[in-house]
Amino acid sequence: MTSSRVLPPIEDVAGHRLDFLLVADMVEPGSRVLDIGCGDGSLLALLRDRKGVDGRGIELSRDGVNACLAKGLPVIQGDADTDLADYPDDAFDYVILTQTIQATKQPKVVLEHLLRIGRRAIVSFPNFGHWSVRLDVVLRGRMPVTKNMPYSWYDTPNIHFCTIRDFVELCREVGAQMEKAVALDASGRPIRVTLPWWAWNLLGEQGVFLLKRR
Amino acid sequence: MTMSSATLPPEPRNQVDDPSSLVARFGASEPLLMDSGGSIGPWQIGYQTYGKLNADKSNAVLICHALTGDQHVANVSPLTGKPGWWSTMVGPGKPVDTNRFFVICANVIGGCMGTTGPASTNPATGQPYAVDFPVVTIRDMVRAQAALIDRLGIESLFCVIGGSMGGMQVLQWAVSYPDRVFAALPIAAAARHSAQNIAFHEVGRQAVMADPDWRGGRYLVEGTRPSKGLAVARMGAHITYLSEIALHRKFGRNYQDRSAPTFSFDADFQIESYLRYQGLSFVERFDANSYLYVTRAMDYFDLAAEHGGSLAKAFRGSKTRFCVISFTSDWLFPTSDSRAIVHALNAAAASVGFVEVESDKGHDAFLLDEPEMFAAAQGFIDAAARARGIA
Repeated sequence: MTSSRVLPPIEDVAGHRLDFLLVADMVEPGSRVLDIGCGDGSLLALLRDRKGVDGRGIELSRDGVNACLAKGLPVIQGDADTDLADYPDDAFDYVILTQTIQATKQPKVVLEHLLRIGRRAIVSFPNFGHWSVRLDVVLRGRMPVTKNMPYSWYDTPNIHFCTIRDFVELCREVGAQMEKAVALDASGRPIRVTLPWWAWNLLGEQGVFLLKRR
Repeated sequence: MTMSSATLPPEPRNQVDDPSSLVARFGASEPLLMDSGGSIGPWQIGYQTYGKLNADKSNAVLICHALTGDQHVANVSPLTGKPGWWSTMVGPGKPVDTNRFFVICANVIGGCMGTTGPASTNPATGQPYAVDFPVVTIRDMVRAQAALIDRLGIESLFCVIGGSMGGMQVLQWAVSYPDRVFAALPIAAAARHSAQNIAFHEVGRQAVMADPDWRGGRYLVEGTRPSKGLAVARMGAHITYLSEIALHRKFGRNYQDRSAPTFSFDADFQIESYLRYQGLSFVERFDANSYLYVTRAMDYFDLAAEHGGSLAKAFRGSKTRFCVISFTSDWLFPTSDSRAIVHALNAAAASVGFVEVESDKGHDAFLLDEPEMFAAAQGFIDAAARARGIA
């Protein structure tokens, strides 16, 4: 699990990341939220201040946890791969995992925990099916190193990259119902909903999914 | 160890009944009822305060001290002349800022620094209680502190903070008086004392009781001091407060004031000399029976036990904000103990932050200069103060 989110932040005028604003839109006001891999707590603070959310966080890095504590956010130092089992069923209305699932050792197990701990789960991840990634692999014959995925294959924390279609398949496998699915383009804006899956998978830089246990 | 019986170490008796600090005295009509079924009265609690209580009495912070600590958290110790034991954490501009907060620190029940304990005079006999003193629990300590807080006219505490045994008291406060604790900061603590820790304590107590000068606990009356036993207990305990790596860095296998071994049982190694010094200086400031009672209180501590074995139940419905801190090299109160607290708080849907500070200094790290700990504590306390509306 990585301590820093993978994508470069694209912000609105208030300094909020567009993908965070999109996630915030999916959350009902006043709900209980667990943000896994919450970084410096920007999303939790946004949810608290705009949505009146009672938020909790898990973060691997000490600097991140300290930044969260200083914002008054109850965040514990921990690891998605090992610590989610300790949370009781239905403890939260939403469990959020942004830009982290690709860095977990067992994405499927993590996703199953998300759906167990939360009534709903919100998952976002970089899309390995994006056309620029495909070009790198097919034409250059190299693992992609881009602005959005800045690591080389040997030092990346992102050990389980997937495409949007791969993730949709995983959702089916673990019995998750997709309530909302959005693909974001390179600027962090949603791609038109009328496009088919294959187009999302080609054009989306990241996918954001609102999931529910079936 | 060299210690002639002709020069008895000065028993800190002068601090027992009339300490160099504030004292709250409770009459025979206000006895302290204890978990053992016993009670004491009249009784007293020695304490210190720093800073000013604000108009709406919302800025009171209680510091809970560890096994051999005292109320002199941020002032020069009247016994040792050294700075307060947590003057890095508590003071003007420190994480517990005495310019903003009204800070209270009290000696625990069973202690020997001005709060009633085994060295105090038993009103029934006119002699020290010694082993007639009722066995003390962490909850008894907290009950006594609550009586002091009542006496000070404070309805609810802004924050309760402590390390090690102090952290046990913090947890007990949050469970016994959930409406009186706005924020809780247990550091290097546990919700129950482990079998290994009970074992270490028992070795220490046996060392004290094996000293013929302990006299069945009646040494104060008989004019002896179980100094050798208490020093050995302290030496053993002191090892548990450090880490193997810290010992190696500080002392290695270095010789003490010599270039070769003497082939004797003299203190050839620096670590031996250091431990002997720790033992000897301890007996000058601590009462042996207090050591027995306070270690016992830690042994009996099991917060879940009074809630059907479920720690989560103990915290259910808690509105307190918690921040738990542990240290990577602390093997006495390891991170797994802190994580157990965090998991229970999570299961109880309580508000909890948690940081494991990277340090190779062992359990003692909480008393030392650990910038990561200060940063976490400061962030948590400042955010909680904003939420409480403290200027």
